[in-house]
Amino acid sequence: MQPVDSHLFLIVGAALFSIGLAVVLLKRHAIVVLMGIELMLNAVNINLVAFSQYDPDRLQGQMLSLFVMVVAAAESAVALAVVLQVYRHFRTAQLDELNEMKQ
Amino acid sequence: MLQFAFYAFSALTLVGALAVLLTRSVIYAAFFLLLTLLGVAGLFVLASADFLAIAQIMIYVGGVLVLVIFGVMLTHKPERTTTDSQQPNQIISGNRVGAGSGWVVAVLVAGALFVALYTLLSRANFTLLTQAVGWQSTVNTIGKQLMTEYVLPFEIVGILLLAALVGATYLASPQTKSSPDATR
Repeated sequence: MQPVDSHLFLIVGAALFSIGLAVVLLKRHAIVVLMGIELMLNAVNINLVAFSQYDPDRLQGQMLSLFVMVVAAAESAVALAVVLQVYRHFRTAQLDELNEMKQ
Repeated sequence: MLQFAFYAFSALTLVGALAVLLTRSVIYAAFFLLLTLLGVAGLFVLASADFLAIAQIMIYVGGVLVLVIFGVMLTHKPERTTTDSQQPNQIISGNRVGAGSGWVVAVLVAGALFVALYTLLSRANFTLLTQAVGWQSTVNTIGKQLMTEYVLPFEIVGILLLAALVGATYLASPQTKSSPDATR
């Protein structure tokens, strides 16, 4: 079974990270910004897994990306709760219309 | 055959991510994110990480994406914002008049990052990547590692998940006592 050249994994990860960064910078809806953060976390996971296949005894990269996934799930749950509360308060989820901090 | 599968999954991933970037509707972005996550799971299989691919599908597609779609539905606003959400983020552009510069700055930053990473990766010569790899199932190794070397992070992650669960439930519940005018 001929493995795929690992440089291609790294390049795909770089492209996915750049697209995620562009989503975070460009989008105004808070949930789409969260999706951009998920894209960047996935790009990091691709890198970790691509290097981890050369370490089949300890699999440190795969373990780290497993923990990244769990922390990303917790992060998105808390962030969506915050977005929900922001929407209840301001009646909008567009990030640049949130221009005051007081109740 | 493996090369073809790799290119297909990479194209699925990158096309989905670009569609998240380019689409104007939030719910379409959520479904294109589903495409991207499935492509990443396929890439994990090709990098001989079978357990992580299943975990990716179960955690992201089964958990995070459902949460995101719930968030989209709960914060959905009918048609007034369709022209608004096409505009770029004003945190960069600073004002509503110079909205064109937001696109320019963001695309410049992301494109420059990609070009820098691409030149770095194409010039880099990792000696690790010249070794031969074999394909074997990683489930046994991950189970052993979780119970021996990574047992402390494993337990801490359990506590973190519990704290996040309680915190998210508390945050998302309507606060009637503390701020009676919060839902005006």
